[in-house]
Order: sequence, then C-alpha cells, then structure tokens
Amino acid sequence: MSEDVINVEGLTKVFNGRLMAVDHVNFTVKRGEIFGFLGPNGAGKTTTINMLITLLRPTEGKASILGSDIAKENVDVRNSIGFVPQEYTADEDLTGYENLLLCADLYGIQRAVSKKRAIDLLNLVELAEFKDKLVQSYSGGMRRRLELVCGLINRPKVLFLDEPTLGLDVQTRVATWNFVRMLKKEFGMTLFMTTHYLEEADALCDRIAIIDHGKIRVIGTPEELKGGLGGDTITLAIQKDTDITEFVKKINHVVDVKKENDAYLIKAENGEVTAPLIIEALRREGYVVTKISLTKPTLNEVYLQYTGKSLQDVEERNEANMAEGLTFRRAKQ
Amino acid sequence: MSDDEQVSKNRLHGLWALTNRDLKKWYKAPIIFLLTILQPIVWMGLLGKSLNIGAIFSPRQIPSIAFNPPLTLAQLGQLSSSIQGLSATVMKNAFGVTDYFSFMAMGMVSFATLLTASFSGVSVVWDRRLGFLNKVLSTPVSKTVIILSKVLSSALRSIFQAGIVIIVAIVFGLKFGTNFTAFSILGVFAIVFLICMGLSSLFIAINLRATRIETPQAVMTLFTLPIIFVSNAFFPINLMPSWLQAVANVNPLSYTTDAVRRLMIFSNGMGKYPFSLPFDFAYVGAFAAVSTIIGVVLSWRFLNK
Repeated sequence: MSEDVINVEGLTKVFNGRLMAVDHVNFTVKRGEIFGFLGPNGAGKTTTINMLITLLRPTEGKASILGSDIAKENVDVRNSIGFVPQEYTADEDLTGYENLLLCADLYGIQRAVSKKRAIDLLNLVELAEFKDKLVQSYSGGMRRRLELVCGLINRPKVLFLDEPTLGLDVQTRVATWNFVRMLKKEFGMTLFMTTHYLEEADALCDRIAIIDHGKIRVIGTPEELKGGLGGDTITLAIQKDTDITEFVKKINHVVDVKKENDAYLIKAENGEVTAPLIIEALRREGYVVTKISLTKPTLNEVYLQYTGKSLQDVEERNEANMAEGLTFRRAKQ
Repeated sequence: MSDDEQVSKNRLHGLWALTNRDLKKWYKAPIIFLLTILQPIVWMGLLGKSLNIGAIFSPRQIPSIAFNPPLTLAQLGQLSSSIQGLSATVMKNAFGVTDYFSFMAMGMVSFATLLTASFSGVSVVWDRRLGFLNKVLSTPVSKTVIILSKVLSSALRSIFQAGIVIIVAIVFGLKFGTNFTAFSILGVFAIVFLICMGLSSLFIAINLRATRIETPQAVMTLFTLPIIFVSNAFFPINLMPSWLQAVANVNPLSYTTDAVRRLMIFSNGMGKYPFSLPFDFAYVGAFAAVSTIIGVVLSWRFLNK
C-alpha cells in the first residue's frame, strides 16, 4: 500500500450553484501523520471534512482514503475511518456506556467485542466511573472525551477531528492534544483535523494547510511555514543618531534591516546566535546598544502573510457562537 | 485486527440499535412513560363519557307534562320499553353497537396511533439539529435503516399504547362483541403496527429536510385532527355528507378503526359496506408498504447533511 493515506485532487464543493465553499483543493496525507487544516470559520474546513467522510458529495474532483474512492466506495471509506464532530452529538438521554455501544452497533460490531472495547475506551479517557451516568450530567470536558472515544470504537485507521478543542479550557485542551499524540504514537493512526487555533496547529500538527475562502494557500510543516517568513526579528536601538542600516546588513546571517523611528528591525536567521554577533560588531565600532529584543516568527504571522488577516478576531466570534450553542442545548432540557 | 471478522455485513445492521435508542428515550423517562399511559385514561374518561349519546334515547327525555291526560302506569311502562327498543335499533344502526362509549373507545386506538406516528417527524428534526444524524450518516449504517428504525420504534410504541387504550376501555365498561377472543387483541396489534408504519413514514418523509422544530409541529397541527375526524373513529361515515364520505372512504384510518371494531366489539352482521376485515387488512397493509417505500426512497435523496 502506498504511504499516502488520503489523496485529494481538485476537490470542489459548490453550494446552490453559487457558493464556492471548497475550491479545487489538492493535498495528500501520509501514513501516521497529524495533518491540520487551519483557517477561520467559513473557510471550507468542515465542508472538506464532510466530503472526505462521505457526508457531502463533491461537486467536482476526486478523493480517496486508503485507496477507496469517497464517492464510489463510501461504505469501505466509512468502515475504515472515525469521525469526531464539532458538536456534542452523544445522546444525552443515554449513559456514556450505552452511547459507545450504540456507536459500535452502527459499525456492526458484535456485542461481545464492543462491550470490552467500550470499557477499554472509557478507561482510556478516565470516564469509566461515570459510565452508567446519563450524558446530560457530564461536563463539557467529559462530553468531549466521550465524543473522542465514540470516534474510536471501530478502531479506525484514519481519524477525522473537526475542531477538537473548540470551547475547551486550557487544561482540557492540553489533555486532548496529548491524547491525539498518543493515538498517533501508540496506534500509528493517521489524523486529519481542522482548527482555527494557531497554537493548536503549531503544537500538534506535523503538517498544516492554511485554507481561506475555499482555497489552500500554503502547505508545510510549522517550521517550514515559519522559516518561509525569512527568519527571526531582532529589534535594536543604539545611543547615537548615526544610521547603521548599511553596516548591520553586512553582518553574517542578517537578511534584511529596516529603520523604524529610533529602532532597527533586523531580519536574521537563527536570531539567538546572530544577536550577540551584532552587539559585538557594533561595540567594536563604538556604538552602544541600549535596547534589544528577539521575536521568533509565529504562525499568526504566517497566517497573516498568506491570508492578509489575523486569526485573532475570528476566534472571538467563534467563542460567541459556542456560547449560543450551549444555550440552545440547555433550552431543550 | 483480529476483531475485524466479527463485523456484521448485514445490510440492515444497526436497525435494532437505532430503534432501541428511540424506545429508550421513552421507556426510560418515567414522566414521558407515565403520560403515555395517562393520555388514554384522561381522553376516554372525560371525552368518551361526556359524549353519552345513548342517553338521548331515554324515557327521561320526555317530560310527563307532555301528555294530557297523564299516562297511566301501564302506559308509561309501555312507552319506556318502546323507547328503549327504539334506542337500541337506532344506536345499532348508526354505530354498530348499542353504546357509544365502546364505539368511541375503539376509535381512540386509531387516534392514539395517529398522535404517536405524527411525533416521529419531531424526532428526525431533533437528530438533525443535535448533530446525531450527521454522526450516524458517517457510519456504515444505510439511510434505509435510519428511516426504518424511526418507523419501527414508533410502531412498537403504538402497539403498547393500543394495549393501554384497550385496558382502560375495559375498565370503563367496554362491551365485547360475540366474536371476541384473545387472538382478536393480536389482530388489533397487527393493524395498529401497519397503520403506524404507514403514517410515520409519511410524517418522516415530510420532515426529511426540516431543520426547525416548528416544522413537524406545524405539520402535526395541520393534519392530525382533520385526518381523525374525516374517518369513522368518532362518527359513522354513512351519516356524513356524501362528499365527505368519499374522503373518509379513502382514509386508511377508517379501515384501521373498522378492523379494530370488528375484532373487538362488533357481533356477526355488524359493520357496513365497503368494509370487511380482510379488506381492512389489505388496504392498511398496502398503505403501509407504499408509504414506507416512499419514505425510504426519499431518504436516499434527501436525508443528507
């Protein structure tokens, strides 16, 4: 079998003949990697996931998972994948254990097997002691964990996670990351996830595709993407008024220098090593460095460069949506 | 993995799991379960006993002052017995039985079934709104199974309710027909199962694309009362205006109610054309089959994200 677990060519989804939600995207996901789709709401992340897990039919293009075509062999695809949706979809009127057994039944797994698996999975996410409690009594974090293991009941080779840590507190978020890493390491699972959290994509994903308005802007490892920005930024100020731009440019590893007001913005590879070199060179020429700071490139800058906007305001809107969702859920009870 | 061989390849796998999920929401919730049982008691106890149509034909309805000179005791007795005879004939002609309560109680079986079936549309919309439907659609379960599970859970609930309605009716004084045996109850369950399959399929089909909970509620409000009143559930068809008779005669609930009455309360020779027990079953069975096929086929196209 080839190393490519997911293969996508020109995948496109047009809603109502007008709205181009996903616009001819191409990518491959390799065996055992965590591949992330990073982008704001409405960028086409969930639509792409929905096509890959056979919930939506592509308007155009092809995609295969483990060699099975998503359009033609959808039962094979469904059998080999797991899906953890954005919302809490577990049935609130059933217990956690009953929910897992129900999931197992949907995959046609025999009771004898599914009972043991459900207990194992509940142990894995520390829900075993709550297994006979109704899901409506679970906290947000517990429900998220239950969703995660529901997606694992059929022992999928590929797991799809749609915004796995949306609306979770920091502690639960880190626990989720560790769990996802464990799935990759212990079970050699391939993971495809979407997120709009930069730090999540940075910390968790082996490779990231930045998607905006249905198009993939760039694909690479977090390091590659950040490296593509031209290195670290050293901000520096000196005592004298003399313009040292041309002088600094000649120092080794310095890529670019810009003067802004009283400060010099120096782009340099490997900033930790280059900064002392610059100070030393300036001292030898008789300049006194009064201020210096070093900034590593962040994914936010990468994001800004490729999409022309910051993800910060998008995140705030999302939290508001989440709160609304919870209100709706409560109103139902 | 070694467990892989134990995965079912049956096309209908997951049917019982999904059906049981819907049933659990009902029998594991004590309040809802209790209300299901209370509903026929309240309806029959209040509505059934209030429509005491038989009492119209009683000697008490004729004040003694109407006669001049006053009747002798013997004459009074004669009048009273002739009115009672008249009442029996009129009631038997109109309703097939001498007491309206028995007639109406069996109509309640149809009404309870209709109400249960109409709720199946609500459950489809809930599953869609809460994302449960999407999760199920991402598993190997077929859309046919998803629809059939809703239909099946609704039909099983209806059978239970029909049982409760019959028990309550017996407590309130249901008069059995001469043909009644224990097997008649099984016949009632069978016809209730069929009609509920048919009606649920239609209510589900209408709500396949609905995303708001108001939609199935509006559908229920629009259809349930007209459907039940344009049938023989509470009033005999042959006493309706002729154009309404035409509608009532195609209403599958008329055939359901007729079958229930023939099985439970009618004696030989009772019940009217065009109904007969085998034809009732054939009609309702055909309705169930056609509706279920419509619901399933529409789901292939419309039960998507």
